[in-house]
Amino acid sequence: MSVGLNHYLVLGSVLFAISVLGIFLNRKNIIVLLMAIELMLLAVNMNFIAFSHYLQDTAGQIMVFFILTVAAAESAIGLAILVVLFRARRTINVNDLDSLKG
Amino acid sequence: MTYPLPDLLPALPEILVLTLACVILVIEAFFKDAKAAYVLTLLTLLGAAGVTAFTGGEMSVHTFNGMFVDDAMGDVLKLMTYLAAITAVVYSRGYLAERGIFKGEYFALVLFAVLGMMVMISASHLLTLYLGLELLSLSLYAMVALHRESQAAVEAAMKYFVLGALASGLLLYGMSMLYGLTGTLDLAQISAALREGVSSPVVLAFGLVFVVAGLGFKLGNAPFHMWVPDVYHGAPTAVTLFIGTAPKLAAFAFAMRLLVDGLEPAHGDWQQMLAVMAVLSMAIGNLAAIMQTNIKRMLAYSTISHMGFLLLGILAGTFAGYSAAMFYAIAYVLMSLGGFGMVVYLSRAGYEAENLDDYKGLNSRSPWLAAVMGILMFSMAGIPPFVGFYAKLTILQSLVGAGLVWLAVLAVLFSLIGAFYYLRVIKLMYFDAPHSTGAVAAEAGDARMLLSLNGLAVLLLGLAPQPLMALCANAMQLSLQ
Repeated sequence: MSVGLNHYLVLGSVLFAISVLGIFLNRKNIIVLLMAIELMLLAVNMNFIAFSHYLQDTAGQIMVFFILTVAAAESAIGLAILVVLFRARRTINVNDLDSLKG
Repeated sequence: MTYPLPDLLPALPEILVLTLACVILVIEAFFKDAKAAYVLTLLTLLGAAGVTAFTGGEMSVHTFNGMFVDDAMGDVLKLMTYLAAITAVVYSRGYLAERGIFKGEYFALVLFAVLGMMVMISASHLLTLYLGLELLSLSLYAMVALHRESQAAVEAAMKYFVLGALASGLLLYGMSMLYGLTGTLDLAQISAALREGVSSPVVLAFGLVFVVAGLGFKLGNAPFHMWVPDVYHGAPTAVTLFIGTAPKLAAFAFAMRLLVDGLEPAHGDWQQMLAVMAVLSMAIGNLAAIMQTNIKRMLAYSTISHMGFLLLGILAGTFAGYSAAMFYAIAYVLMSLGGFGMVVYLSRAGYEAENLDDYKGLNSRSPWLAAVMGILMFSMAGIPPFVGFYAKLTILQSLVGAGLVWLAVLAVLFSLIGAFYYLRVIKLMYFDAPHSTGAVAAEAGDARMLLSLNGLAVLLLGLAPQPLMALCANAMQLSLQ
């Protein structure tokens, strides 16, 4: 059995599902949330590369370069906000982020 | 190997804003002169407006290998974006100075956010659409967290960041499906490929769900609205003012580019999804707003319901619907500039005019400000002769024209419910006794004058909506052909 497009797409969707569940079920630590966000973008990259190879079209791979770059910038901002949050609150527990509620 | 240099002229406003944003960063790094940064920001936005007005023509010009388009709709939306950004910056000067965040970084972030919006407005490729969106979002996350001592602001920034990143992920996943299905990232080519028919309608529907969900997050539509009230409430009011205004124009452009330029042939599929989101947004937005005691939260829920109304115009799928939605977006931005601008203006050092109780008896403390606020509230509620009424009316007309009478009926019902909480603000201002009897300090004359002009514009555009409507219809016509 050879590995085809479908296998990559299934892998991408499983990774994506894991990361979405990670964001919604995680009740402990914001760093885990940041990891889930990273994983989500990587799942998308997997899809783009699989399609790009299957279609023999380089545009998908170029898109991946940009997504990777933006992901790096996004983590930088996320970690910066995390540091500020820890200074203000002395905690990075997801459950403690409950002062804003309507 | 040589590469032909792309035609840079259509992107001149973007290049100008990018260059001057970098100059402001340098000024901040070496001279720490916030005043210069403030003046330069205003000059940049005015200059960009001049360039946009000067280079914009009737023709749609594509450049950068079809990734970037300069068309009439984009020019009008960009001009409105500059106007909103200039107004927001002038309103917030006093507020920022009193809280110690009147810094060059703030203005650099404003310009980068404006640049992101401009790229979104001019995108004709999934890549530029995504890059513009991220540039806008990343700048906004940082702006929310700028008031580092405020626990609420930092918490809001974290929530905004996590949910915004989730939205980008959903959007990208949908884009990857569309790419796999059509084999291209160019919106016009996606549209052409879909028109020829796709091999798998299931994959198309699957991709559409993700794209529309991501779009709903960014617009702040229910059921993806959870970030809106928390971010609007927690962020410094000056930042709320910025988030609540100009980015809505960009979000409208984003929806138009993605759904109409790119996915028009799948209109039947996305129409139903948008209808569900629009009805839920109007229901949740208007009902939840009634229960709020904080005016920023109330205006946040009002935003959700307004964005639901905006979707109605887009989902009608007709030319009249698109231009009505564009008119609605512009009218909404004007009203919300005034609404949040008033909250910013009334807030002083150490005192936030955040609670509805703070507006009690505003009439006896400052009749003029109360009158301006009254105009804005009436307009948001959609009462004639203010611009909000015509915005709602054109959307309803386009819905009826498209044969979606049941949606129009629902929209009117929810607007009636919504009128309650806007009128409550007016009751508080005119018929309740104030907590403090002192007159509102008459400082920051430029902000006060602009606020008055803002209120008058809402009234005048309501009395004579025809020029702006014709402008929207004309721009839409030129861009869609």
